[in-house]
Amino acid sequence: MLPSHPWNAERASEIIAAHGAAEGATLPILHALQEAFGHVPEAAVPMIAAALNLTRAEVHGVVTFYHDFRRAPPGRHVVKLCRAEACQSAGGRAVADGVRTRLGVSWGGTTPDGRVTLEAVYCLGLCATAPAAMVDGEVIGRLDEAAAERMLRAIR
Amino acid sequence: MTATLYVPRDAGALAVGAERVAQALAAGAAARGIAARIVRTGSRGLYWLEPMVEIATPAGRIAYGPVAEDDVPGLLDAGLLDVGLLEGAPHRLRLGPPEAIPFLARQTRLVFARCGIVDPLSLDDYRANGGLQGLARAIAIGPQATVETIVESGLRGRGGAGFPTGIKWRTVAAAAGAPKYVVCNADEGDSGTFADRMLLEGDPFVVIEGMAIAGVAAGATRGYLYIRSEYPHAVAAAQAAIDAARGAGVLGAGILGSSHDFDIAVRVGAGAYVCGEETALLESLEGRRGQVRAKPPLPAHAGLFGKPTVINNVVSLASAPFILANGAAAFRDCGYGRSRGTMPIQLAGNVRRGGLFEAAFGMTLGELVDDVGGGTASGRPVRAVQVGGPLGAYFPRALFDTPFDYEAFAARDGLIGHGGVVVFDDSVDMAQQARFAMEFCAIESCGKCTPCRIGATRGVEVVDRIVAGTAREANLALLEELCTTMKLGSLCALGGLTPYPVMSALTHFPEDFRSGPRLAAAE
Ligand SMILES: Cc1cc2nc3c(=O)[nH]c(=O)nc-3n(C[C@H](O)[C@H](O)[C@H](O)COP(=O)(O)O)c2cc1C
Ligand code: SF4
Ligand code: FES
Repeated sequence: MLPSHPWNAERASEIIAAHGAAEGATLPILHALQEAFGHVPEAAVPMIAAALNLTRAEVHGVVTFYHDFRRAPPGRHVVKLCRAEACQSAGGRAVADGVRTRLGVSWGGTTPDGRVTLEAVYCLGLCATAPAAMVDGEVIGRLDEAAAERMLRAIR
Repeated sequence: MTATLYVPRDAGALAVGAERVAQALAAGAAARGIAARIVRTGSRGLYWLEPMVEIATPAGRIAYGPVAEDDVPGLLDAGLLDVGLLEGAPHRLRLGPPEAIPFLARQTRLVFARCGIVDPLSLDDYRANGGLQGLARAIAIGPQATVETIVESGLRGRGGAGFPTGIKWRTVAAAAGAPKYVVCNADEGDSGTFADRMLLEGDPFVVIEGMAIAGVAAGATRGYLYIRSEYPHAVAAAQAAIDAARGAGVLGAGILGSSHDFDIAVRVGAGAYVCGEETALLESLEGRRGQVRAKPPLPAHAGLFGKPTVINNVVSLASAPFILANGAAAFRDCGYGRSRGTMPIQLAGNVRRGGLFEAAFGMTLGELVDDVGGGTASGRPVRAVQVGGPLGAYFPRALFDTPFDYEAFAARDGLIGHGGVVVFDDSVDMAQQARFAMEFCAIESCGKCTPCRIGATRGVEVVDRIVAGTAREANLALLEELCTTMKLGSLCALGGLTPYPVMSALTHFPEDFRSGPRLAAAE
């Protein structure tokens, strides 16, 4: 289960202040905000811009460029499934199709009950124990249909 | 007598249950009243045997694997913790001395010498196993001699482009500007590669030492270690190791008591493949979108924040400690043609013995895939291997005589890249692989050049039309033309080399691009 905290401007300012002094602080700030709020809240964009002396458009451009940064809160669990070649060669496509069908969502989607968000990743560096996934930060390898089923049951 | 066990904490081992095995071992030993110390190591890189557990005996270590949680009681009953058993406990999972396992015995471990053996976060372990000798030597002989040692070693960049590392360092050393930076590229985005991850998790001090040596050589004082966000375990290990190194005076002001200052900060990527490209990575470090910069200027002249910057792959930097400690010749004397030293080759995907195989350049692709890797995990015939990540070509068996060497692969319209070898069996649909190469390029394009940004999306559509049998000949010609445009009109290798996997699939496996039973079955 991922921590999810409601928007809190004060907390956001603290985070921005804590990382703002570093060289090129934008990514560290965005990561820390996402860690705290599960996503990068729109309300934080002008705050970052002000702190780093950037325009809102610049900060917005950074948030949208990187696949990691979410613009909306995810489900209570995040399943990142590898779609890259080594996992494909080891049966990853079938596993991915099964997971999408089971959850009834496509890449980037969240189940209607808000339980799971499914995200595509392109390699987790677990290519010798493929197919691989990461569930709420925990790595899982050698996935097949049965293992994927267990993986999803564990986060019911 | 306390039994000492070694259980990896490498992400690849954790992914197949190493944590549960470690817990079961601790609980089992406690329940039997046996004193046991469990050292969490990196991985030896024999992933088909993970989780691999080792025990220290007076005659050396004995390995067992792959160990599942359920195997632990049986192993303990057989006498796993009886350190008096020099041959180990009789058990079906007993592998014997790990060094004697052929996959490991055939390797030349220069860079990965300690990985999987030592406690990655123990600086004492690191020193006791030859660590920090290279840095001490670099400090003793000075910047210029350090640069020349790297030049003489013949080391070329392990991130993909194969540029001579020593020449790069020499350029930064000669460049005007302060501060100078050393950036370690741990973005490792190529599918089928995990060498950087394994090293950062299993022997992070060697990466730190390599960066410090580069700092001494180039006169740089600030280091950044940019690790992709998909590697949280590597991030944690690197951060802990940096803190330990700083605490021991290996980093900070006056490293190892010298007059050189050098320190490192870890930065985490955010899921953009293109940020592995060196100038995009620098943009990202500066807090911007990861868009590729036009060269010149070279990063060596105007890199991070416009300052002279050494940017190297993890393995390139981690080769420096060996070279400094053992001399340029010890490295240069192994290798093939202009590819000197060793390469950590990563056997991945549908392969029986998947893992990291560090060897001198020059083994053929066939030896690697068939002999070392043992063919496919599925037991079906090997049909294609993709070498060098998503921008690497697909090789058919007919090209298995290609030696692992930068030039030999280039001569066959391929590349070795970061050393990833992904094995596919005969169920692969090569048109689908070509389509994926285009799709991946479209997803990851930084958007700066049209042939890459738009061309890749068109490429997906064209492959779809070919497979559907729509104006097949015209679309095949269009695909080829599109590939040429991407190759010639792209600023970086993402757009420029995506044609490799696409065209190699088409050239070597044309039968898959006809609408027919194979494709009908795949849909
Ligand atoms: C799209 C793209 C992705 C790249 N990804 C990586 C990477 O993940 N790691 C890496 O070391 N080099 C990567 N490179 C190569 C770097 O641009 C650069 O050549 C390398 O960091 C230089 O270090 P080296 O000389 O030690 O190899 C990539 C290049 C391109 C074009
Ligand atoms: S080729 Fe693609 S990724 Fe590379 S600079 Fe051009 S648009 Fe960006
Ligand atoms: S390709 Fe899936 S983990 Fe590397």
